[in-house]
Amino acid sequence: MNGAAVTAGALDQLASECVALAARAAERGGGQVHLMEVCGTHTHAIARCGLRERLGDDVRLVSGPGCPVCVTTAGQIDLCLQLAEREDVVLATFGDMVRVPGTRSSLAEARARGGRVKVVYSPMECLDLARDNPEAYVVMAAVGFETTAPTIACLVLEAGRLGLDNLLVFCAHKLVPPAMRALLAAGDVRLHGFICPGHVSVVIGSDAYRDVVDEYGVPCVVSGFQPADILLGVRALLRQAADGVARVENEYRRAVRPEGNRQAVAAIYSVFEVCDASWRGIGAIPESGLRLRDEWSRFDVMRRLSLLEPEAKEHPACHCGEVLQGKLLPAECPAFARACTPTRPLGPCMVSSEGACAAQYRYRTA
Amino acid sequence: MEGSGSRVLLAHGGGGRLMQDLIGECLGLLGSANGVAQLNDAAALALPGGARLAFTTDSFVVSPLVFPGGDVGRLAVCGTVNDLAMMGAQPLGLSLGLVIEEGLERQTLAQVAASIREACEEAGTQVVTGDTKVVERGAADRLFVNTSGVGLIPPGVALGGEKACEGDLVLVNGPLGDHALAVLAARQELPLEGDFRTDCASLNGLVTAMLEAGGESVHVMRDLTRGGLAAALNEIAVQSQKLIEIVEDDIPVRAAVRAAADLLGYDPLVMANEGKLVAIVAADRAGAVLQAMRGHPLGRESVLIGEVRSHAEGRVIARTPLGPARIVDLPSGELLPRIC
Repeated sequence: MNGAAVTAGALDQLASECVALAARAAERGGGQVHLMEVCGTHTHAIARCGLRERLGDDVRLVSGPGCPVCVTTAGQIDLCLQLAEREDVVLATFGDMVRVPGTRSSLAEARARGGRVKVVYSPMECLDLARDNPEAYVVMAAVGFETTAPTIACLVLEAGRLGLDNLLVFCAHKLVPPAMRALLAAGDVRLHGFICPGHVSVVIGSDAYRDVVDEYGVPCVVSGFQPADILLGVRALLRQAADGVARVENEYRRAVRPEGNRQAVAAIYSVFEVCDASWRGIGAIPESGLRLRDEWSRFDVMRRLSLLEPEAKEHPACHCGEVLQGKLLPAECPAFARACTPTRPLGPCMVSSEGACAAQYRYRTA
Repeated sequence: MEGSGSRVLLAHGGGGRLMQDLIGECLGLLGSANGVAQLNDAAALALPGGARLAFTTDSFVVSPLVFPGGDVGRLAVCGTVNDLAMMGAQPLGLSLGLVIEEGLERQTLAQVAASIREACEEAGTQVVTGDTKVVERGAADRLFVNTSGVGLIPPGVALGGEKACEGDLVLVNGPLGDHALAVLAARQELPLEGDFRTDCASLNGLVTAMLEAGGESVHVMRDLTRGGLAAALNEIAVQSQKLIEIVEDDIPVRAAVRAAADLLGYDPLVMANEGKLVAIVAADRAGAVLQAMRGHPLGRESVLIGEVRSHAEGRVIARTPLGPARIVDLPSGELLPRIC
């Protein structure tokens, strides 16, 4: 079945199948089936279509660290703020970063105070920005997973070709499969399956999750974003849980291939190399981030401007870290919808467009 | 943090919750002698002899000035004509205030003036008074426009957000989000191509047809500008202290707009329009009103999208494809660039 064009009746039938499979899986496992979606876009799509309520109590759907802005550390946000406040910098950023709180402020507030913060849809806009502002450093805040890394790589390659020496990148890219393995290795959260990210998988391919299945025996299903796509993915996971098997399945075949997009991956690794990275709320995960290779170091803002990432503390009442690891549902956070709302967020999960708390708040059921 | 700081943020202009907070603060400072408490699209002023005058004002700071299907001039006329129309009033005349940045091309100003003239002719009104200022380079972004308008509210017509009743039906006159995408496309920052044109139009003719068909059964009309359908319905729900339920699958959105919105992460429910209205009509006349809308060039794609219920909550909910209803909130801020 193609998830793209589906009738309401077919959706309802898929949902009913899922409920039945969930009951079987829960019985086999002796408890609730725990599924984690690892992609902020999935978090929102699931919240928007009312899936949790429809699946019922046999399934606990938790969100994982799939929101790139949410897993950016407070120290990295503060560094972006420092850059925005410099008179010799124009900070280019994806719109999502603008309202995320750092230790004392956000980029939106920095902009209101006169900082040059430019929201871009495509990193390639930085090329024009750099040409139009020759007296300033144009710094692209490169936050994201494997989905956006190829576009930043292309930006660096093109800037190199054009000989632009005032274009810099703040690289805070992270990789998804290492985070999935780290969560399982930590053993704090019992998981019976992963709904694997759609867009990341377009780049890295569905084969990228083989290690998760082989090492930890947890089913992985790649899924798209329409309600039917998500139901197909959930159905495949519940079937595996009910049968007691674990394998990688691809339910987004119209966009994802087993080997992914080789050209995009080649672009990433011609410019970047893997490094250790710190994830908000989770801590350090080895080999889970990207940094510019030495031959491209002239585009690395940290090395060019001799910067150090500041130590930063998250708000003491903020439980984003636990939400990102699937230990807490947003509604279980004591600050949810009380001290922490989209207009007054304590942490990124409530304000990022891919944040689990933002999704729960915005699409909460009546 | 944002919302509690000492400066006005861009998000305060977004048409959502933060903007409401800012306006609330300003109104508080204006004191109880102000008449803005009605919170409808225009104020209704009582004249001697029992007539009522609708009075409205709007400023236009859209960037860029020209976009597919229109420009700031057309926007300025249609926006103010529409605010009057939402009270049932035909425009008697408009004022036009221009703040021009030093260096603006004379040709651009001429183009805007021509658009204003054309839009006035379409709406059957004129600019009757105005003001012009020129400020030094950097003090305004090329051109800011303000229009104010007055019109007479026909006897017996008393539209207002507080009038929505249980059992009323919710109608819109066509697909949402066109204007927002047209402006984004014009900024050339959109990494995609498509047929995006603003829906900017004067709705006073459509409103006349609707009032003729529905009479006193037409309870509320609201034009959908910044903040989109979500903002308008939330305002009405709060004014009337009712629950408004809409069906997600029935909300009309053009395929190209939906695809672009999906790509950019925008929700069509909060995207700006400039030629769309939502009407809340008693069930007995809703069919007739819908038919009258479909008979008008600006309402061919009109649809029924929801219903008013009687919980005293002031909320808006949307029935999802899988059945459960989700809350539709006021957008909290706005990351879209200046669009109107």
